[in-house]
Amino acid sequence: MSLHARYQLQQGGFSLDVAFQVPARGITALFGPSGCGKTTLLRCIAGLEKPKQGFFQLDDECWQDSQQHYFLQPHQRPVGYVFQDAALFPHLSVHANLLYGYRRLRPQQQRLKPDDVVSLLGLNNLLSRATPRLSGGEIQRVAIGRALLSSPKLLLLDEPLSALDAQSKAEIMPYLEELHNELEIPVLYVSHAADEVARLADQIVLLDKGKVEAEGEVNDIFTRLELTPAHRPQASAIIHAEVKRHDEQYCLTELDFNGNCLKLPCQNLIIGQTVRVIIHARDVSLALEKPEKTSILNIFAARVENVVEENPSQVLVRLEIDGQTLLSRITRKSAATLDIVPGRRVYAQVKSAALL
Amino acid sequence: MLTESDITALWITLQLAGLTTLILLLFGTPLAWYLAHSRFRFKVIIDALVALPLVLPPTVLGFYLLILLGPRGPVGELFLSFGGEAPAFRFSGLVIGSVLYSLPFVVQPLRDSFAAQGRRLSEAAATLRATPLDRFFTVSVPLARHGFLTATVLGFAHTVGEFGVVLMIGGNIPGKTQVLSIAIYDHVESLEYSQAHWLAGGLLVLSFLLLLAVYSVNRRFSPGHS
Repeated sequence: MSLHARYQLQQGGFSLDVAFQVPARGITALFGPSGCGKTTLLRCIAGLEKPKQGFFQLDDECWQDSQQHYFLQPHQRPVGYVFQDAALFPHLSVHANLLYGYRRLRPQQQRLKPDDVVSLLGLNNLLSRATPRLSGGEIQRVAIGRALLSSPKLLLLDEPLSALDAQSKAEIMPYLEELHNELEIPVLYVSHAADEVARLADQIVLLDKGKVEAEGEVNDIFTRLELTPAHRPQASAIIHAEVKRHDEQYCLTELDFNGNCLKLPCQNLIIGQTVRVIIHARDVSLALEKPEKTSILNIFAARVENVVEENPSQVLVRLEIDGQTLLSRITRKSAATLDIVPGRRVYAQVKSAALL
Repeated sequence: MLTESDITALWITLQLAGLTTLILLLFGTPLAWYLAHSRFRFKVIIDALVALPLVLPPTVLGFYLLILLGPRGPVGELFLSFGGEAPAFRFSGLVIGSVLYSLPFVVQPLRDSFAAQGRRLSEAAATLRATPLDRFFTVSVPLARHGFLTATVLGFAHTVGEFGVVLMIGGNIPGKTQVLSIAIYDHVESLEYSQAHWLAGGLLVLSFLLLLAVYSVNRRFSPGHS
């Protein structure tokens, strides 16, 4: 189960030259700054652009192979495309929009049923409404529903949250997570927002200036010191942890990652559930000896993997804790005083961590 | 009141305008679509050709059509060689002349409303399994309905109102190629002012009502107006 893409395209002054292969499951983020070619790449995959040099294969289905002069027209590709501006049909009701693709499938292709999608996305109250009367968040939910009802084998989301305000974003996020958990459709998610990627993506294809910089699992890409995501002001590590127990007395929730215990303020979570936790580099400090008599609860034995200087006053340290990677941003003076070099054993003190 | 020849002229005019509009909608729609979406660099030449009847004196168009469509003209000879008759001074000649003369009035509103839609919604339909023809009829045409209404009414009304081209190519033969606008001219020439009033006034009111209908319908459907 894999997705294999290779495109070369010249458009005005912009050139796209990418090749990548990712597992065809979960959410793959195409992540990078605006203008790096993410949307163009997505359009190539949908067949809306026809690059002279291109190859695309999903599992064993080939959609384009320019060497064989093979190009599947967009309407023949089993994709669901959610445009940045949703592109709902203004002359049709919400209901007719939802069924536009569904009605064009043969009965045996209609794997997803309208009732299921309507309830998955909470669209029941919207069905009879005219599309111009929807809010931003509702528009995107309808657009996602419409794409899903064409029973796609690959779902393409082009910055579906970028046009929304914070409140609509918060409203739609749980639906996207639900989608991720409930359906087995692989998703390519275009975004330039690290917080969305951190919360939703399983793997990342990092793009810059029309080229693939790196690809890999989310935390790996976020914490690799030679890549740009590690050097954002909000540089952070994403940890997958399992809920172990609730400490009723002090109202704490204990999570386990790779055999380490992470304590968070009381959370409404079920024991055994897997959650994503974000730990910002600026919230991790280092000590050479295990700190005693400290107010910080989360202290882990770690090994320094790598150190880079970000500016004359601070450095970024990549730490390894039993196979899990964390980032720590400390002053250059502290790094010199403590002699923070690759291979050194340290204690990482995590001042705060948050659920995603 | 109206004489028998006036009623014949009215009937010929309505037939001519109806047929012309129908032909223009059939052939003008694909042309308008092409002009709205093609990236062909010499497309501007076609745009200019389509707009030519807007600025050309109708007599110029009529003159060249007469030469082309007459029995000695290349197109006329073509008709003759297939066992037909040269279209000049016939109803068929009127239709050909009117189609060319009213072309911009149908093609331009359609082209503009196709262009205003952009490609996005058609692309969305493509990703929802709609074939090119399917998305043309289920997305592009419904979204261009204002354009179609405007094109139909302008094409029809403009054909009803033409004078120079039909005079040149049709020759004002009563009962055959005499249309309303020429009948009015004939009445005025013969100082039959009351006859002229009936026809001219009728045309004025009809044209106004048609345009009024178009503008009020377009306003009702326009965005932002509930």
